[in-house]
Amino acid sequence: MLIGHQPKEFLLAVSGLTVSFDGFKAVNDLSFYVEENEIRVIIGPNGAGKTTVLDLICGKTKATSGSIQFRGKELTKMRENEIVQTGVGRKFQTPSVFEDLTVFENLEISFPRGRTVFGSLTFQRDQLVKDRVEEVAEMIFLKDKLNTYADELSHGQKQWLEIGMLLIQDPDLLMLDEPVAGMSVSERAKTAELLNRIIKNRSVLVIEHDMKFVEDIAHKVTVLHQGQILSEGTMEKVKNDPKVVEVYLGH
Amino acid sequence: MIINSRFFNRSELMGFIALAAVLFVILPLTLDVFRLNLVAKYLTYAFVAIGLVLCWGYGGILSLGQGVFFGLGGYCMAMFLKLEASSVENTKIQSTPGIPDFMDWNQITSLPLFWQPFHSLTFTVLAIILVPGLFALIIGTAMFKRRVGGTYFAIITQAVAAILTILIVGQQGYTGGINGMTDLRTLKGWDIRPDHAKIILYFVEVVLLFACIGIAQFIRLTKLGRILVAMREQEDRVRFSGYSVANFKIFAFCMAAIFAAIGGAMFALNVGFMSPSFVGIVPSIEMVIYTAVGGRMSIFGAIWGAILVNFAKTSLSESFPQLWLFGLGALFIAVVLAFPNGLSGLWADYVQPRIDRLFASRKAKTSWSENSVADGAPAE
Repeated sequence: MLIGHQPKEFLLAVSGLTVSFDGFKAVNDLSFYVEENEIRVIIGPNGAGKTTVLDLICGKTKATSGSIQFRGKELTKMRENEIVQTGVGRKFQTPSVFEDLTVFENLEISFPRGRTVFGSLTFQRDQLVKDRVEEVAEMIFLKDKLNTYADELSHGQKQWLEIGMLLIQDPDLLMLDEPVAGMSVSERAKTAELLNRIIKNRSVLVIEHDMKFVEDIAHKVTVLHQGQILSEGTMEKVKNDPKVVEVYLGH
Repeated sequence: MIINSRFFNRSELMGFIALAAVLFVILPLTLDVFRLNLVAKYLTYAFVAIGLVLCWGYGGILSLGQGVFFGLGGYCMAMFLKLEASSVENTKIQSTPGIPDFMDWNQITSLPLFWQPFHSLTFTVLAIILVPGLFALIIGTAMFKRRVGGTYFAIITQAVAAILTILIVGQQGYTGGINGMTDLRTLKGWDIRPDHAKIILYFVEVVLLFACIGIAQFIRLTKLGRILVAMREQEDRVRFSGYSVANFKIFAFCMAAIFAAIGGAMFALNVGFMSPSFVGIVPSIEMVIYTAVGGRMSIFGAIWGAILVNFAKTSLSESFPQLWLFGLGALFIAVVLAFPNGLSGLWADYVQPRIDRLFASRKAKTSWSENSVADGAPAE
C-alpha cells in the first residue's frame, strides 16, 4: 500500500488439488482462486466433489496432492483447529450445534478466546463475551432464545445458530455448505437476508443448489463436475455455457 | 451459603448437604468401626466414579480400564507402606532382611531400583498423582491424537487393564504377584490398623472425597465443562470452532485417572492391602456400572451409585455369593434399558419436582407478607 499499486493477493489459492479415495479421484487437479471480499458459489451435480472441496480446505479431509494457500499459509499441512485459528470457518450441511447446551453457551464456545485446555479452564464470561453473544444472537433471530437448549430449536433455527457460531468466530473466509437446504420459504428468505448481511467484509465460499439464491448472492460461480472445473465466471456466463447446461442446469 | 449457591445450584446444594451429613455425621455415629471401614472401602470407588462422570458422562469417553489407575495409585501407596513394614527389625528372619517378604520368597536379594524412591512419603504422594496421570497422558495422547475413540478406545483400555494385571501377577518378585501387597502396618510410624486409626482414615478419605467433588464441580462449571458436553455430541463442530479435541479428551481422561488413583491410594490405606484383583477387567467394568447406576451425568449420583452398589455387593455376596455377579449384570442392563441416567435421573424426574413444589408453596406462603420476590431462574 505504501508503494502504490501492488499485484493483487488472493485470499485463497487452491492449485492442483487432488484427493483420491482408494483410486477414485473425488477432486482431480483442481485450481481456483478466491479474492478478498468475494462471494463465490460452487455448484454442480451430486457427486461432483463440492463438499469434498470444503472438507479439503478446512482440513477434514487430507489432500493427496496439491496445495491450498490461505493468506500465503499452506493449509494442507495444518490441523483443523489451526486452520480455524488462521481465519477459516466452516458450516456443515446438516446443522451441527450442541443440543445439550443453550443457545448462549453454543455461541460462547465459538467465541475466539480461551481455546486451549488451560484457557478454557480460566475463561471468564465477561461483558465483552456477553455483548458479542447478544449482538450475534440478534442477527440470527434468536435473541429471545438465549437460554433455550439447542435441541428445542427448529431445523431452521439450528441452521441459523450454526451460522451465528461461525459469525462469532469472525472468520476471513466463511464456507457454507447448503445453508438454505431443508428450510421453509419464509426461513429461506430470512436466511438470504442474514447471509447478505454477514458476507460483508469477508470472503465467502458457498455450496448451494437453489439457483435463485445463487443468482442473488454470487459474485462468481464455479461449476464442478466429476472433481474438475467445468466452467467458471459470472452467473450470466456460466448459465449460458453449453457444457454447464448439458450436465447440470439442463435437468 | 452465597458462595455455595453460585457454585452449586439448589438441587446440587441439597445433594452436597445430604452427602456431607451422611458421610460426616450419620454414618460415623451409627455404624461400628468394622462397618465404617467397609464404607471407607466403598468410598474409594466413589473417587473413580467422580472421574468417570467427567470423562464418560460429560466427555463421552468410556474407559473400561479405570482399574488400571485405581491400581497404580493403590500400588504406589502400598509400596510405601510395605517398605515401612519391611524394616530390618521386622524382617530379620528373612535371608535378606529389610526387603519386602515377597521379594525374599522370590530369591531377590536387594531392593529393586524402582522401589528405592518409595522410602519417601513426599515422593509417594507425588507418585500417586503423577504415575497414573502420566500413564493416562501417554495412552490418551497415543489414542486421541490418532482419533481412536468410542468402542475402540474402550476395548483398548480393557486390554491395558488385562496387560497390567498379567504383568503384576507375573512379576511376583517385584509386585507380590497374585497375593498383592499384604501386611501393611504403619504410615510414618503411625499404626493404620487399630480402630481409632480406621476412624481417622475414614474422615481423611471423606475430606479428600469432598475436595475431589469440588475440583470436579469447578471443572464442570468452566467453559471446559461445556466443551466436554459439546464434544460428546458434535466432535467435529468443536474441532471446527478452533479447539484441539484430542487435548480436551486427554485432559478429561487424565483427570479421571488421577481421581481413580487417589481412590486406589485410600484403598491401600483403609483396607490395608492391594492386589491385582482390583486392577483387571472385571473391577474396571464394575466401576463403570457403579457410575451408570448412580447416574453418569451427576457427580453426587455417581457417588451414591458407588456406595449403594458396593453395599448391595457386600450384603448379597455374603448371603448369595453365586448370584451376585448375575445381579450386577441384571442391574446394568436395567440401567441401560430403563433408566439411562441412573438413580440421579430417577431423582431428577420423580423426587426433585415434588421437592420443588414443596419449596414453591412454602415460598408462596412467606411472600404473602413480604413483597413477592420472583423465584429467579438459575442465574446464568
